[in-house]
Amino acid sequence: MIYLDLLIGFLKVGLFSFGGAYAAIPLIRDVVLAHGWLDDEMLSYMIAVSESTPGPIMVNLATYVGSNKGGLLGAVVATTAVMLPAFLIILLIMVLARSLFENSFVQAILRGLKPCVIGVILATGVYMILGNCHVKTENRVDNTAIIMTCGFAAVYFGARKVSKKGLSPIGLICLAAVVGVAVYGI
Amino acid sequence: MPIFMELFLTFAKIGLFTFGGGYAMLSMIENICVEQKKWITHDEMMNITVIAESTPGPIAINCATYVGYKKGKLSGAFFATLGVAIPSFIIIFSISMFLEGFLEIAWIAHAFRGIRIAVGILILDAAIKMMKKMKKKPLQIGTLLASFVGIMLINVLKLHISSIAVMLVAVLVSVVFFLVEKGHGKESKP
Repeated sequence: MIYLDLLIGFLKVGLFSFGGAYAAIPLIRDVVLAHGWLDDEMLSYMIAVSESTPGPIMVNLATYVGSNKGGLLGAVVATTAVMLPAFLIILLIMVLARSLFENSFVQAILRGLKPCVIGVILATGVYMILGNCHVKTENRVDNTAIIMTCGFAAVYFGARKVSKKGLSPIGLICLAAVVGVAVYGI
Repeated sequence: MPIFMELFLTFAKIGLFTFGGGYAMLSMIENICVEQKKWITHDEMMNITVIAESTPGPIAINCATYVGYKKGKLSGAFFATLGVAIPSFIIIFSISMFLEGFLEIAWIAHAFRGIRIAVGILILDAAIKMMKKMKKKPLQIGTLLASFVGIMLINVLKLHISSIAVMLVAVLVSVVFFLVEKGHGKESKP
């Protein structure tokens, strides 16, 4: 049943996404690919939409997948599921043990978890970039995409050297949209 | 105005006006809850940040639940959390109704082909930022590299292994190291 799949899938995402929105992306990718709900292409579109609309990215993605697969009820189920673990864990910490994080055993768990999450995010980013630069249907390298990837990276990371604030994620997305229309449309 | 209503409206405002996810939201929460409303102190805000980073789930949800519980116990926590999520829920739900039709328009499809490339860079950037903040000890660096290689292999070879499994292995290794260190009577604080 779709609602049960959404519930279990997004509970897992909510329970294991340590370190904010981008930590959830590999987990959401696992869930949506395993069920065939979205492909990599659609997922990256939705990440862009989530970055460009207000609110927590994880909630945005859960709402979209839920709504797409199960209408309003699906959206409510997926969104509630992704939020529930965070809500309950904070309540538990507030009620029971605010000093939980000083416990050395908990510290040992986090010591393993944090670098692992970074490795997982890094691998997801690299794999998505490699996927973008490869034309699956013809099994060849997409030179245009490679040039665009290098160009965007240079602009995005270079902007930080020029001004302290640099280019915002939404700024990069807008730039990429304009370049996309120019390169592929003309 | 009853406190739970005020919590709901305040966090709905935070949810509506912060773009770019959790960390952008932290500064907004600091501004409103510490400086304007004086619901929590600056020290507590620091504390919340550490807790939010160490617990799973959206950082905005962690913060809303914390502040809500402090001001209004269980109902406060519930309404603050509901408030922070409701604006994005409504916005994304509306977008989801027409996004796929929207993507069939040729120039929008071209724009999204460009955007897709930008998203890869944003994900990479998130990882690099986290890497800069990480403690750079051998165990941490080893875990990072092993997880990176593991996930790459899983993706390339199309193995059906969830990243959760990789995370559990990393936790296990760290805990084993911790127990061994403790057993040897070395410093017991990781």
